[in-house]
Amino acid sequence: MDFTRRETLALGAGAAVMAVLPFQVQAAADDAIAEFTGGADVAMGGVELTAPEIAENGNTVPVSVSAPGATAIVIYATGNPTPGVATFNFGPLAASQTASTRIRLAGTQEVVAIAKMADGSFAKASSTVKVTIGGCGG
Amino acid sequence: MISRRDFLQVSMAASAMVGASGFGNWSRLAAKQSLTQDDLLQFDTYGNVSLIHITDIHAQLKPIYFREPEINLGVGDAFGHVPHVTGADFRKLYGIADGSPSAYALTYNDFTAMAQTYGRVGGMDRVSTVINSIRADRPDALLLDGGDTWHGSYTCHHTQGQDVVNVMNALKPDAMTFHWEFTLGSDRVNEIVEGLPFAALGQNIFDAEWDEPAELFKPYKFFERGGVNIAVIGQAFPYMPIANPRWMFPEYSFGIRDENMQAMVDEVRGMGAELVVVLSHNGFDVDKKMAGKVSGIDVILSGHTHDALPEPVLVGDTIIVASGSNGKFISRVDLDVRDGKMMGFQTKLIPIFSDVIAPDPVITKLIDEQRAPYINELTEVIGQTDSLLYRRGNFNGTWDDLICQALIEEREADISMSPGVRWGPSILPGQDITREDIWNVTSMSYGEAYRTEMTGEFIKVILEDVGDNLFNVDPYYQQGGDMVRIGGMGYSIDVFKPQGSRISDMTLLKTGESIDPAKTYQVAGWASVNEGTEGPMIWDVVEDHIRRKGTVHVEPHENVKVTGA
Repeated sequence: MDFTRRETLALGAGAAVMAVLPFQVQAAADDAIAEFTGGADVAMGGVELTAPEIAENGNTVPVSVSAPGATAIVIYATGNPTPGVATFNFGPLAASQTASTRIRLAGTQEVVAIAKMADGSFAKASSTVKVTIGGCGG
Repeated sequence: MISRRDFLQVSMAASAMVGASGFGNWSRLAAKQSLTQDDLLQFDTYGNVSLIHITDIHAQLKPIYFREPEINLGVGDAFGHVPHVTGADFRKLYGIADGSPSAYALTYNDFTAMAQTYGRVGGMDRVSTVINSIRADRPDALLLDGGDTWHGSYTCHHTQGQDVVNVMNALKPDAMTFHWEFTLGSDRVNEIVEGLPFAALGQNIFDAEWDEPAELFKPYKFFERGGVNIAVIGQAFPYMPIANPRWMFPEYSFGIRDENMQAMVDEVRGMGAELVVVLSHNGFDVDKKMAGKVSGIDVILSGHTHDALPEPVLVGDTIIVASGSNGKFISRVDLDVRDGKMMGFQTKLIPIFSDVIAPDPVITKLIDEQRAPYINELTEVIGQTDSLLYRRGNFNGTWDDLICQALIEEREADISMSPGVRWGPSILPGQDITREDIWNVTSMSYGEAYRTEMTGEFIKVILEDVGDNLFNVDPYYQQGGDMVRIGGMGYSIDVFKPQGSRISDMTLLKTGESIDPAKTYQVAGWASVNEGTEGPMIWDVVEDHIRRKGTVHVEPHENVKVTGA
């Protein structure tokens, strides 16, 4: 566990930020989600969100979403200062409502996917992705 | 079809009886004199398929001493369940008599005294004898290596794993999965794997750039044995790029990927697999959770967390077999597979008592050939110890305390850190410490001993982070190592608290003062996962320290207070 001064500062700062930020960023995520859903009820299930349990690299975390019958899927990183990280729109001719991308995570947090269905209802899935210093394997 | 009730009956028979698990018939013998090779190998061949499991050898080709953990805490659903049971509780659970050979093999108490009675364990030449004996009963038994094989010794480091590859190839495994192997660097791993005469498996080994299955490592392989179509699916250690230096194998990505595991199980079942075996380096708690989420797995051969369990653990219709580490055990798993279903099992965890099991002379010769070019360096005596040196356990062992003390004294630091790895044999009081012994507990491809400044706050962040990798209630968020070892500092830990609030009472031992979050401390450590780490090699630091001391004496430490458990 050797850190360059820059990395140490970044990690130290990250830890300090983590301790302070959650309320604000969670509020930002809630606001962003409310904006997309218009405040409508969101049911769990109907969306599949695949993300690693522990990020190999917090700067580029592969995530994929799938929601048969969706017209749009939005991915939120609820712990990032700007939570809305990706919006996928599916036209009527889309063969499947599936998408993959990579996102950057500021720290351990909940990643949320919300799908808007053709009938105007909303569905949700979430997954905790841990961003860790690492080291010390068995 | 096998019903749940049948399974339970088999399992209960296994807990109570000699015949089903093969456990117990040697466990009550009082002394080595009455323990024979025949006792250890006795097994009534059962069913139509035999699996032989060995895992986490960590390059230990010769017999060693290995003390099992005193502290192995489970949190969440794992609390109080195996493998999180140690010492007297473990003996009670399995009906093991105090002072018996199995007490010596499986628990930590009276280790020094019993080691003198029962001797060393392991040695790949003894392992070969056991494998040959099983193959005499069942010539088409599958030999499956769970990984952490090409890492952990002086000769392994200097030959880039070739010594172990040569010896293991002679044992003729059928398949293998991986963890520390990747710390040889991806070029070297690729080079060895391309020449392996057996299957290199990992359904979760992916190409990092494209997030697609890596070409070199296949997800599974089919074997036909005893008229049964067997699929063996590999599961490499999921958190390699986090627990080990990612920059050494940047082309690869891992992860648990249980959705892909389910897809692979469904695929092999669709192709006619009658028995699905997962050769896993997940660690035991992760395997238990995965067995509950993925359906259709018959047997998980579990590695990584170095647990040795005399009986399989059942999750639904899946049996999980854990076979220890450092060459100390192998598991024999006999299965009755009929009409495409596993109808029953008999298993035996075979301890490799090296004074009882005769070495296979062909393999002894092969091992000695690997060691010959290095024999003078290996056998040089650096010092002595007058106390037991061991590592395994959630918190500092005496080997770690010695390494931490060496870092503080040789590198003039306030505080030292040593990684919570689970490999590394033990040394008895009165034994010489050779260079080989030091390498057995320090050898790795990123052994640089750094010295750096850290604030008190940052030290706490590290302890909390590593603590959560060990004590997160969800096994999928655990990495399977033990707690980072600390020298020069004391602290309290409540393992049941969430990340950020487990650690308290951090104290600088040399002054007795509380650690100040804002103050900067000199910290020495080793095994950094960051690229470009500078410093002398840890084995040189430890060798200098032991040479200077002559004889070392390390009492079990008192600087970590564990609460909540």
